[in-house]
Amino acid sequence: MLAGIRTRELRKVYTSPPPVAAGVGGFSFGGGKGKGKSKQPKPQIVALDGISLDITPGEIFCLLGPNGAGKSTTVGILTTRVRPTAGEAFIGDYEVWNNQVVVKRLIGVVAQRPNLDFNLTAREILTFHGAYFGLSAHERGKRAEALLERFKLTDRADQMVRGFSGGMMQRLSIARAMMHDPQVLFLDEPSAGLDPQTRLLLWEIIREYNASGKTILLTTHNMEEADALCQRLAIIDHGRVIALGTPRELKASVPGGFLLRLRFGAHSPEFLKRLENLSGVREVRAADSSGADLYADRGGSLVPEVATVASTAGVELLDVHISEPSLENLFLHHTGRSLRE
Amino acid sequence: MNWKTFFAILARDAHVARRNFVALLFQTFLQPLMFVFIFGRVMVGSGYMPESYKSLLLPGIMAICMVGTGIWAVAMPLIAEFQFTHEIEDRLLAPMEISWLAVEKVVAGTLQSLAAGLMVIPAAWLLLRPGVDLRVPHPLLFAAVAVLVALFSATGGLALGCSMQQTHIGLMFSLIVAPMIFFGCTYYPWSALQKFPVLQKAVLVNPLVYASEGLRATLVPQFPDHLPLLASLGALVIFNFLLFTVGLRKFYGKAVS
Repeated sequence: MLAGIRTRELRKVYTSPPPVAAGVGGFSFGGGKGKGKSKQPKPQIVALDGISLDITPGEIFCLLGPNGAGKSTTVGILTTRVRPTAGEAFIGDYEVWNNQVVVKRLIGVVAQRPNLDFNLTAREILTFHGAYFGLSAHERGKRAEALLERFKLTDRADQMVRGFSGGMMQRLSIARAMMHDPQVLFLDEPSAGLDPQTRLLLWEIIREYNASGKTILLTTHNMEEADALCQRLAIIDHGRVIALGTPRELKASVPGGFLLRLRFGAHSPEFLKRLENLSGVREVRAADSSGADLYADRGGSLVPEVATVASTAGVELLDVHISEPSLENLFLHHTGRSLRE
Repeated sequence: MNWKTFFAILARDAHVARRNFVALLFQTFLQPLMFVFIFGRVMVGSGYMPESYKSLLLPGIMAICMVGTGIWAVAMPLIAEFQFTHEIEDRLLAPMEISWLAVEKVVAGTLQSLAAGLMVIPAAWLLLRPGVDLRVPHPLLFAAVAVLVALFSATGGLALGCSMQQTHIGLMFSLIVAPMIFFGCTYYPWSALQKFPVLQKAVLVNPLVYASEGLRATLVPQFPDHLPLLASLGALVIFNFLLFTVGLRKFYGKAVS
């Protein structure tokens, strides 16, 4: 059975601190002003503010956003660990909250932080996981062996995982999530902290798993990863989807595509207006009193013209940074913030 | 209910307990058995304590071992796994209702507690003999008390393990477990508190009193001054029910946000 993912207007408001990996979106502290009442209402933290997604079976879909955007909370709701405040989430035809046991059979989950069973060896982690899902002893032995081999862990298979490196733990976490051959695989920041070589192995394995018809939802704040791996992606910020489409579509939606981040001694609205009139410039935004973001359909060739305009206006040009069409620019365009900020 | 998953998780706990068997053995038995040796052997042998103290002490030591084992076996992993290692997440995602994982923890803790209780009897008997007079006229009643004591330790472990912060583990032992043991009629029978009437009433809020006195009533009934067996059984049932209800609610709160 192929299974996709669907959410309708998902909202999550935490009244107690959210779990560490469940990033928090917009902060809004409700109430607290009624002086007459001795009991203060709990602070409310809005993590998701109406997320609707349709992920088709067999798709690699990416949730992209900065820390605290609501990515992990979305994954938490879809994997039965977070109760939605409002809205619905489906895995295949099953509404997640009301069909938890059925849903748990359909999904494999790799959490953001390592959560391996430290009391077991690598092989036991896989075989016990298989046992939880009702696999026969023969079947789980066979699958564990194959996964250990695929993830290059065979030589450490019978050691306790306590001494494993971060990369090895991450590989084992993913192997474990694949152990019961789930239809939908969730990977929450899978390549955080991995060396480039392991990251490439991971990407290869994700593509391979997807090729067998499985749906994959991964979260990342790494633009490169989203670009390389995903068929479609949603950019989320403050618990809302701010852009959705294929990486190519999304990159094309940035005005002009190129972004020139400029820094001057000081600038004025008239000066910015003159920059906007340069040919190829689509949009100019003041970042602060001295910075400006210039969206244009060309990059380096614009720099001499910007410099000329600046010198005729008596404005000192201090710094220029050119970036080519990228998801990073898209995020910046929509939020006014860099993903890394 | 998915029993395959339930028993697979139970098998995982058994596997881990087997792996840590020697450490568990020392952790559970060393301190109580040293106590048995000093108070039951040295103090009685040198005449500071009467010979009959040996028989009164043994059920109390059994209660301490059982309760200590159950609480430790359930509470400590829960504290670490929910707050630090997150190991439990794999089992929370196993195809079974989340609450059954709490039940599994209680079953595993109960079994370990029973094992500890049954192992401490011969060990203490060897240390104390001659002079220990265990009678057990009603083995079924003894078994019922032992199961209720073991359940109490495991449900207590569930409630504590899901309520305590990791940084408060030391406090848990010095503020909850240690007073429970000292005021739990473990080293002395409840009737010994007759000269302290207020204390004698106050300790009745301590569930360990019913565990020790229940074991005393069924293991060494020749000392008639214990709490009525029915009262011990009833109190243990009530405490088990309360602790399980509280523990389950807390567990669910930890597992789902």
